[in-house]
Amino acid sequence: MNNRFFVDSDKLSEKALKKKHKLETDPSVRTNHMEYMPGMEQINSDVCEKVISQMKSFDYSVYTEKDVKKALEHDTCSIDDFKALLSPAAEPFLEEMAQKASVETSKHFGNTVYMFTPLYIANYCENYCVYCGFNCYNDIHRMKLNMEQIEKEMKIIAKSGMEEILLLTGESRSMSDVHYIGEACKLARKYFRMVGLEIYPVNTDEYRYLHECGADYVTVFQETYDSDKYETLHLMGHKRVWPYRFDAQERALRGGMRGVAFSALLGLSDFRKDALASALHVYYLQRKYPYAEMSLSCPRLRPIINNDKINPLDVGEKQLCQVLCAYRIFLPFVGITVSSRESADFRNGIVKIAATKVSAGVSTGIGDHESKYSGKEQDEAAGDEQFEINDNRSLNKMYNDIEDEGLQPVLNDYLYV
Amino acid sequence: MIINDDKLNIGGHEFNSRFILGSGKYSLKLIEAAVKDAGAEIITLAVRRANTKESENILDFIPKGITLLPNTSGARNADEAVRIARLARELGCGNFVKIEVMRDAKYLLPDNAETVKATEILANEGFVVMPYMYPDLNTARDLVNAGAATIMPLASPIGSNKGLATKEFIQILIDEIDLPIIVDAGIGRPSQACEAMEMGAAAIMANTALATAGNLPLMASAFRKAIEAGRQAYLSGLGRVLTRGASASDPLTGFLRD
Repeated sequence: MNNRFFVDSDKLSEKALKKKHKLETDPSVRTNHMEYMPGMEQINSDVCEKVISQMKSFDYSVYTEKDVKKALEHDTCSIDDFKALLSPAAEPFLEEMAQKASVETSKHFGNTVYMFTPLYIANYCENYCVYCGFNCYNDIHRMKLNMEQIEKEMKIIAKSGMEEILLLTGESRSMSDVHYIGEACKLARKYFRMVGLEIYPVNTDEYRYLHECGADYVTVFQETYDSDKYETLHLMGHKRVWPYRFDAQERALRGGMRGVAFSALLGLSDFRKDALASALHVYYLQRKYPYAEMSLSCPRLRPIINNDKINPLDVGEKQLCQVLCAYRIFLPFVGITVSSRESADFRNGIVKIAATKVSAGVSTGIGDHESKYSGKEQDEAAGDEQFEINDNRSLNKMYNDIEDEGLQPVLNDYLYV
Repeated sequence: MIINDDKLNIGGHEFNSRFILGSGKYSLKLIEAAVKDAGAEIITLAVRRANTKESENILDFIPKGITLLPNTSGARNADEAVRIARLARELGCGNFVKIEVMRDAKYLLPDNAETVKATEILANEGFVVMPYMYPDLNTARDLVNAGAATIMPLASPIGSNKGLATKEFIQILIDEIDLPIIVDAGIGRPSQACEAMEMGAAAIMANTALATAGNLPLMASAFRKAIEAGRQAYLSGLGRVLTRGASASDPLTGFLRD
């Protein structure tokens, strides 16, 4: 089943290869993914139990056309209605779902579409996550930008007009520590109105520190909420610890972050169950932290360097659209981000239905904005990309395309208070 | 005719129009329609959105003669609201401020207690304070004492277009509070705006109802007419006579002799 993911680099030593193969084939050598590693903070929270019990009992095959019709008629979407909308029985009602989702989106967000761009500042990683281009066994060019290089990238991005930035790193505490990320946040605040982070999960006090450095929004993808499946995909490293990752958003909010974003990586496991769990993760945390801003993403698996066989399996565009419509109807107030993993056509269509935020001018590589934005040849080496993007529109192009769709692109809706 | 002298007075400033554009949904076409077709003289501006690049700066799109009403959306407590209001003044938005304090990201319901605190601080600093609130008489009285220029009760949750869900409580504010009561949030149709004006509301603030209309200028014009009609009905005494038991043409007690 996982063979589509396993790729051996000829640059790995015999010893490394042996360890890699052992991890891939012998579960007994892998650490307990439910056990916290030293230094990982454990918080007392009931959110995980609530989400997972709902997910485990979710049998989407029992929902019928009648349940879907009822769900579409209700003013308020209950958890059970949401389950019906995620079920295969809802697939023939995709247009009706899109119509309802579109009404909800416009009630809560009008015709606005927010824009942002990611900036990868390092791609070192200590984990072996089999589907990820940054995984420690993948033979890619590694790089960590220094502050001068980060500032250069930021200047190029800011010049394009972008006002919101999402800083990303590979998941390596040793190569890109919290202090390094904090310094990058301070620089980002000089050039951008809003700074978000998508880094490895950290403890509450570290989130507080990063918040003080200027980050105000934290994105953590759970990848899959099925912890048994998770164990077979994240074979080594701190990322292997599933519950520590689950509580990341709650720690971020306790650390003072204004908002948090959630997602499963669709295509890794049963996407209907993962979609249910992602939305319920938002739902239960929102009840506990009602002042927090929350958003959902919906990435699907993409090919990576050295492995073009990776794909989102049974999650086609129709299924993705169904999930997004169900998210919007169940959680009309949350932001929904659709990244450049999806095609321009899909993104142009989905912003009219459910999505409220899109990335533009995207590079998932390290230190290559100058060449990507200006076409100028790179003076220095760049770090390789995390995954292949599908929509490479610049900010200007994206901005104009959104306007052409009759929508209002918004570069900033944020104020540090 | 009496209507000609019928001005809306907010903190000593007079306005002819009783339609105020809310800030929720951001579109320059919306601003144009609100001013031209709905006759708006006051336009709300979310400071969090004004803080953007020059070519996008909403301040540049506000026609001359229009009063800007910056709001404190994004504030989760009184302190944050006060900071945003001061920032708005620094940005050149004038002295008006609409206080919005929300500790709830789902329904965006206002926090009345924090709103009273922010109102007091900002009124003392010379702002014309227009607080958005959940319609509660005690809070409204506190806001009056804190120096508010108007009271802005919500009709129903922001963006819901559900109309006057809090009708009875807004009526109490209209009856008991001596400041203009401006109905804010949840007005989805011109008929709802008209109803609120018939009740005696001083003005209507709306945004989503226009922003999500099929034909923006036409809906803006419909709101203008509905608000004017409601106001005229109120001034004519009709609304109160029929629904609130004032003098009938053939009194039931006419038979009494001494």
